[in-house]
Amino acid sequence: MVALRFAKAFRRHVDCPDANVTGSTVGEVFETYFADRPDVRSYVLDPSGAVRKHVAVFRNNDQIVDRVGLTDSVADGDRVDVFQALSGG
Amino acid sequence: MTDTTALIGTRKGLFTVTLGDGGPELAAPEFLGTPVTNALRDPRDGAVYASLDHGHFGVHVHRRDDGGDWTEIAAPEYPPKPEGVSHVNPMSQKEVDWSTQLVWVIEPGHADDPGVLWCGTIPGGLFRSPDRGDSWELVESLWNVPARGKWFGGGYDDAGIHSISVDPRGPGRLLVGLSCGGAWRTQDGGASWEVAAHGMRANFVPPELEYDPDAQDPHRLARCAADPDVVWCQHHCGIFKTTDDGRRWEEITEAGPSTFGFAVAAHPADPDTAWFVPAVSDEVRVPVGGKFVVTRTRDGGRSFDVLDAGLPEAASYDLVYRHALDIDATGDQLLLGSTTGSLWWTGDGGDSFELVSANLPPINSVRFC
Repeated sequence: MVALRFAKAFRRHVDCPDANVTGSTVGEVFETYFADRPDVRSYVLDPSGAVRKHVAVFRNNDQIVDRVGLTDSVADGDRVDVFQALSGG
Repeated sequence: MTDTTALIGTRKGLFTVTLGDGGPELAAPEFLGTPVTNALRDPRDGAVYASLDHGHFGVHVHRRDDGGDWTEIAAPEYPPKPEGVSHVNPMSQKEVDWSTQLVWVIEPGHADDPGVLWCGTIPGGLFRSPDRGDSWELVESLWNVPARGKWFGGGYDDAGIHSISVDPRGPGRLLVGLSCGGAWRTQDGGASWEVAAHGMRANFVPPELEYDPDAQDPHRLARCAADPDVVWCQHHCGIFKTTDDGRRWEEITEAGPSTFGFAVAAHPADPDTAWFVPAVSDEVRVPVGGKFVVTRTRDGGRSFDVLDAGLPEAASYDLVYRHALDIDATGDQLLLGSTTGSLWWTGDGGDSFELVSANLPPINSVRFC
């Protein structure tokens, strides 16, 4: 299982509790989570499925590399953190 | 009272305000219609500098010598990115263009370093001019620190230097602040640098990284001139203070309505006194409860006065950016300008404020001459 955590900035707008979910890539982790909580998707991903420009996604302590295909791999025990980027004003 | 003047950089031009017995007076704007990122007067020779962001037409810097006219001078330019070098913004995962996106701050060098200017830019380069801005050179020793690979934007897409604090104890001593990339100190004129953000705390990275000095977002640094080891910091995640020139920062967790904000002013003579302009939070960048106030500590951060005399009584949504709060050399006068175009002045350290104008363009910077 992968620990998926959301910054409080998201919680102002959509119900997105932290959860332990399955998946072998960041994209699979998101899809597992969005299956139960479809409302969260549009706050994290743009319509093309890429991470929104002003959203930051960390796998453990590093920001993910593939923000478009979400192919960064994850393993049991990993953490995926979703933050608002500070850019944009 | 002796007349003093100040420069007000706005989204639509440069305004000069004169503060005297007759009350504040605004002169006709210069560079009307053009965003003025910052403006300052160099006390060493009286020259005035204005940084313009023409958008489509790039960034430009102008200088007006004492009694003279405006002249365009050089803008800092990055060297070409070397062949094969990759510089990726970790937030966007996109290559960072080595070009000046914004001249975020210019500071005069030390009094014993005539003609020297320092300039902080986006995407994160520090520049030095030896000749009053006629030429600029990237400070490669800072640009090439390995931690640069972790820098990312705070306020803009790419990282930027917004604070350059020249230590009055010597021309070779600087402390610079980066959003986002922490704070960095040199004591040898920029030949070498060390990160100076230990103790700062970030809540926009995984909790395991919250004290990583390279991940910090100090919004603004302000040094006490008389006690230069004391520097105050308004950070994205709160208020911090160092008493050892940035070697270690201590967080101040209670400061009136909020510890979130952008601007800070340090009293030039009293290391225990500093001013802040609070807003609700990162997510809600307006005054707490719609009540626009200034906070002031006079005991080193142990307690804060909440100052509102002369500030709006009605609900207000003004936000004061990082360069839009300044203090004069006496420590009595402060100016603050807001993103909704209001400008206030105080001559008594904030005990009472006077509205200079409520109708200016959004204010980027205020600076006493």
